[in-house]
Amino acid sequence: MRHLLIIAAALFAATASAETPRDFLTRFEKEAGTAASAQRGARFFTSKQGGEWSCSSCHTDKPTQAGRHAKTEKAITPLAPAVNAERFTDAAKVDKWFRRNCNDTLNRVCSAQEKADVMAWLLTLK
Amino acid sequence: MKKLLPAALLLVALTAQADSYSLPKHAAFEEECGSCHMAYPPQMLHADSWRAMMGDLSHHFGSDASIDDKRRVAITNFLLANAGGRKTGDTRDAQGKPLLRITQSARFDKKHREVPAATWQRASIKSPANCGACHTRAAAGEYSERWVQIPK
Repeated sequence: MRHLLIIAAALFAATASAETPRDFLTRFEKEAGTAASAQRGARFFTSKQGGEWSCSSCHTDKPTQAGRHAKTEKAITPLAPAVNAERFTDAAKVDKWFRRNCNDTLNRVCSAQEKADVMAWLLTLK
Repeated sequence: MKKLLPAALLLVALTAQADSYSLPKHAAFEEECGSCHMAYPPQMLHADSWRAMMGDLSHHFGSDASIDDKRRVAITNFLLANAGGRKTGDTRDAQGKPLLRITQSARFDKKHREVPAATWQRASIKSPANCGACHTRAAAGEYSERWVQIPK
């Protein structure tokens, strides 16, 4: 019985710390209060939003492929979860990069709706 | 003459060594500083430059590179502990303020004097921050001329 409890606790801890890309879509949709649109996400991702760069300036407009930092040329691994299992599995990382990259491309934070749309689009990419 | 040869060899060895950096390991430094550009050797700037840089990561050469406080403090301490010494040379501007760009330091300038301006613009190089474009072993801290290969 005690063993079972430990296993259950470990399982719980594992699920609590590791997120899946779908979890983020769910979270952002909930925060936004509306359903996400992959089509809107694609438009948002690939066009400039007031800043010098769009998301695709570094991630390319087909994020199933690798990108390059627009300024330093450093290689960036693909963003689409279907081809890169490491993406969108850690809330601290996801929040950090949305904070920074939204600031760089929009000069402000992204709304929950914008993040939900991007997530929805990225999840359609195969 | 026989005595001169070992002395000459030693000199060559020493000069070659001056362009390699031992890369101290630090997981947070490598992850945070190495995601948008290579994690430059801490010895390339003096402590005051690192302190200034780490004090304003939200405005990091035109990008928001902010990180959480715990990591910021840990990485700052790591950089200060491994910052440059005498070999690093002058890393202050004309007003005496610490430089933030390694590429503006006197040592960088001196070492790259022979590189024509047009070379930096090549699509294969694009930025002087892109050390690895020409320094084929930059990732290992090796910057000696022997390992330089300027791409077309």
